[in-house]
Formats: sequence, structure tokens, C-alpha cells
Amino acid sequence: MTLKSFLQRLWPIMPTIASLAFIAALLLAFGADPRTALEAVWQGAFGSQDRILSTVAFWVPLTFCAIGLMLTFTAGLWNIGIEGQMILGALGASWAALTFKDQPAWVLIPLEILAAMMAGALWAAISAILKTHGKVHEIFSGLALTNLAIILTNYLISGPWQPPEGGSFRGTAPFATAALLPRYAESRFSPLSLVLLTLAFIAAAILLGNTTWGLKLKALGRNPRSAFLLGVSSNRETLTAMLLCGAMAGLGGAVRVLSWFDSLRQSISGGIGFLALLVVMLAAYRILWVPFVAFFFSAVLQGSITLQLRTQLHSSLGGILTGVLVLFTLLFGDLNNLKRLRKSARNE
Amino acid sequence: MNELLIVKILSSIILQSAPLMIAVTGETITERAGVVNLSLDGKMLLAAMTGFAVAYTTDSVYLGFLAAALIGALFALIVAFGSITLKLNQVAIGFVLTLLGSSLSAFLGQNFTRLPGPSVGKFSIPYLKDLPVLGPMFFDQNAIFYFAVLVVLAAWWWLFRTQPGLYLRGAGERPEAAFARGAGVNRLRYFYTLLGGALVGVAGAAYSLGIKIGWSENHTAGLGWIALAIVIFGGWSPIRGAIGAILFGATKALATVFQQNVAGVSVQTFNALPWVLMIVVLLLVSSDWVVRAAAWLPPRLRGPFLRLVQVAPPRALGVEFKQD
Repeated sequence: MTLKSFLQRLWPIMPTIASLAFIAALLLAFGADPRTALEAVWQGAFGSQDRILSTVAFWVPLTFCAIGLMLTFTAGLWNIGIEGQMILGALGASWAALTFKDQPAWVLIPLEILAAMMAGALWAAISAILKTHGKVHEIFSGLALTNLAIILTNYLISGPWQPPEGGSFRGTAPFATAALLPRYAESRFSPLSLVLLTLAFIAAAILLGNTTWGLKLKALGRNPRSAFLLGVSSNRETLTAMLLCGAMAGLGGAVRVLSWFDSLRQSISGGIGFLALLVVMLAAYRILWVPFVAFFFSAVLQGSITLQLRTQLHSSLGGILTGVLVLFTLLFGDLNNLKRLRKSARNE
Repeated sequence: MNELLIVKILSSIILQSAPLMIAVTGETITERAGVVNLSLDGKMLLAAMTGFAVAYTTDSVYLGFLAAALIGALFALIVAFGSITLKLNQVAIGFVLTLLGSSLSAFLGQNFTRLPGPSVGKFSIPYLKDLPVLGPMFFDQNAIFYFAVLVVLAAWWWLFRTQPGLYLRGAGERPEAAFARGAGVNRLRYFYTLLGGALVGVAGAAYSLGIKIGWSENHTAGLGWIALAIVIFGGWSPIRGAIGAILFGATKALATVFQQNVAGVSVQTFNALPWVLMIVVLLLVSSDWVVRAAAWLPPRLRGPFLRLVQVAPPRALGVEFKQD
């Protein structure tokens, strides 16, 4: 193996190395030792059984959203509103938990999950209809709807759903135990959520890979005009993809409320929807990669919270690492693209 | 409400909308050249933070604005390199930069939160400021307002009244034709993406040095997205964009006023206004409903009405140009 081909093999990990170097430089600029920081992040993500379970519990809703986004991305849609769809899912689950609070768990939990999926799908449907019937780009409707979802949450927390001891802007009172997803060993992780996630993953993979619907979606995403000429109704495919994605995001929101927290909180989404967009981009729109990339992101973000506790450095460092990593991968990840660039520069 | 209060509200609306006017103009220039820079929200956050931090450290607002402009141009350079040179998806790069800018601003600005610092002052125009109503609204304003008006007018003049402006529009409208006329389309796109980015950076600093002075996490969050929507509403024209910016500034200022003066209405109702307005306004300018509604108008009014409401994006917006 020559040095050149060796370097070419190594190329895919270059963006990772460059991102880590960028973060190390930032840490040094703030007078922190990168090695201590890395250790803190590792400890925060995998340091104990509790930490590992937290990382997994964070990973579940993130992967739900990312799986949903696989469908909309395949259809060529930029469903940035996924953040809001997830919040609506959390609201739906909370609504069911508060309304049917006297029911036993085996009635209540399916109701909560159903409500969450429908609420998420509703928010996605608004975006989809605004696109198909109003020609409003889904980026803008999605953003507006996300902000409206945040405002709606704040209203519910400080108004109709406020705890009996008086309104705070923090959250509702904790739900009854029967309303919560059963957790593993007093952690934030619920095995039931993992079962649901596995089912969702298999369903999405089959839908995308083995059905006519998946094929239509791909046609729509690659070339909307010729898909239309071939008889793929772009409106119907857009709507179904968005509805399914919204339902997935809603599931993620339900998991946030019913297993990560035990009540509806102000920052219920924690930016997971936006993060899921990065996950899918870094996974290069391949569904098999999605869970692994999502897991890496969860570890980084959970770790950076510990980093903040230990070193007083802002936990947005995790966001910077994921952002830089995706940016570098987009820009320089594809060696062939760079080669083509050099060739065209030589020709000019 | 007395007259004084109304004038106060109006002048606050106008000041609130000044940074938006600058940002909208910057993005309008970029998109007119055919490039979508979606990174506005994160770029403005990082520029607002940088502008304040530099002004605080050096005690000079000018250096603050300069640093903010450089940040804006740097982000724009990444977008331009990715979309023009590497021919990657503009939306993807812009979105990643949005998130990155927001995280970077939170991290780099962690030692500058809630500090009192230098700010841009008022600039009164003698004689004119004593005019009733108009005086306090337009001629006794913060210097940022005058700068914003200047930027809007200059951009409009450049775009629609000069030869280089024609080439600029050509690059976004019909790049092949512009190229045939001897314009270096991709070089033009690079230049105007950078220029637009620098303006957006200045807009971020205008916010943190003139409107809500100082820095705190997510200081300008949401403003960039609103600016992107106004660019569409403004039909890619700086002057119409400025009117849109004032409209949005009005909803924000009104929310503040009503919160203080009207009891019994939830605060959240007013916070929701700009976002509802965003959807309504985009529906108005881009859906077919307007065309169908116009059919009900008398024929003589139909044309002017549609010209007033409907907009069309630059034809080659977001389309890469291959030189051959």
C-alpha cells in the first residue's frame, strides 16, 4: 500500500480529527486542558451505569426524530419543524396523562402514546398543507410552528396545567406513577421506549427500502418534476411523509415527558429535533447509520453537561463539536468531490 | 393613550426594526445574486456576541461593528465556498452554520453575559427634530436607524439603478446571459454573499449595541429567521423589505406596550404574534389564493393588486452555475 492510498483510506476520519483539533484549540483558549476535558466528557457519558443509562435515555427520542427525518429527507423535504412536532408530542402525552389520570397503566400509556403521535402528526400536517396548498416553504412554517409550540407550552405550564401549589414557569406537577413509562433501575431509561424504537426503526427501514411508497418518496426527493410526470402525486407523498415524521417526533416527545422527565417542562425538547437533523446529515441519509451517529451525539451532549459541572465551561461545547463535525464532513468528507474540484481548477 | 405615548411607541417601533432592516437588506443582496444563505439566525447571534464583546473589551463601538461584520463575512465565505465552489446543498450548510453559530455564541460569550457596556447613542438632527410627531419619530433617533435607512436606500439604488447592480441581478436571474455579457457569475456571487453576510453581522451588532444592549444567551434568537421570511415578503427588494421589517418591529413593540398596559390578556398571545404573522404573510405572497381572490376585483385593479401582493424569487436562486 502506497502512502497516497493509505491517506485516501484514512480520509473519512479526517473531519473527526479536524473537529477535535478545533475543540482542543477552543479549550486551550479558555485555559482548560483538553485531556481533562475529554476525560470529563467520557466520564459524563459512560462513567457509571447510571450515566450510561442516561446516555441511552437521551439517545431514544433523538433516534425517533432522526428516523422520522429519514422519511422527510428522502422525499426532499426540509422538516426543520421537527422540533415543534416533538414538543407537540410531549403536550399530547401530557394531556392524556392529566385527563385520564385515574386509569391503570395499561390503558393510560397506550393512550398517551397515541395522543403524542397524533399531536406530532397534526403539527407536521399543518406544515405539509401550508406547503402543498399555500406554497409556503416547510422551513418557514416549521420554524414558526416550533416557536408557537414553545409559546403554547409556556402558556399551559403557567396557566391551565400549572401545579396546584401555584404557577411556576418550570413545569407541571409530576404525573402519577401509572402514567410514566416503567423505568429501569431508577434511571431515566425505559426499556419499553427501546422496544417502541426498535419497531419504529424496522418499520421505517422496510418502508424506505422495500415498498412502492418508499420508491415514490425517493423519486419525489430526487426529481419532483419527473416524479410528477410519472404519476407520483407530490402532494399525497409530501403529506404522508410529513405525517409519519410528525408521529415519530411525537413519540420522541412522549418519551421525553414520560421517561426522561416525569412531567411537562419548559424546555421539554432540549433541542433534540434540531440535533436530529444533524444526525441524519452526518449519517449521509443512510438509515442504518442513524442509530450509531445518534448514539455518538448523545454521548457527546451528555458528557458536555458533566464537563460544565466539573470545569465551569459552558455545555454548548457539545453543540459546537457536533456542529463542526457535520460542517467539516459536509465540506471535506467527500474526497472525490475535492478531487473533481482540483481537476476543474487545473483545467481553467 | 395620549399623543405622547403613541409617538413614543412609534419611535420605538422604528428603532426596533432597524437591525432587521439591515439584516433583510444583506440577505436580499445575497439572494439577488442567486445564493441562499440560511445561516442568518446563528450568524446574527454570533455577530451580536462578538460585537458586544469587542466593544466592551476595546471600549470602541466601531471596532465592535467591524468585528461583527468580519464574523458575518466569514460565515458567508463558508456558505459561498460550500455552495459555489464545492456545489453542495446550500440549505444543509446554512442550517448547520445556524446551529453552530448559536452554540459558538453561547460558549464564547459565557464571560460577557449581563455586563454593562458601550452602546451607540442618539443622533439628533437639528431643527428637524423639533417637528411635531415626525421629529421625535425620525429625526431624534438612535444613529443605528440612520445607518439602516442609508443601507436600504443605497442597496436599492445599487440593485436597480446602476450597471453593476444589473449584473448582480443577472447572476441570480439568468446567470448564462450575465456570463455571456462578460460577468464572472461565480465571482459576483462570492462577492455579494460576503457583502450580504457582513451586513447581517452588522445587524447583529446593531442589536446588541443599540437596541437591547449587552449580551445574554440567545440574545437575538429568532430574529434571523424572521429576517429570512421578510426577504421573501419583501419580494427581494430592499425598500419593500424595510417596510416588512417595520411591520414586524411593530408587532414586537406592540407586544411590549400591551403587556404593560392591557390587563387580562396572556403574555404568550403577544409573543405568538410575530410567528403567526410570518405564516400569514408568506401565505399572502406565495399562495395561489391571492390570484383567485384577485379574480373578484374589477379588472382595472387586478394588475396593480397582484403586483402589490405577489412576489417571485430570482429565477436562478439556489441554482448552481457551471461555467463552460
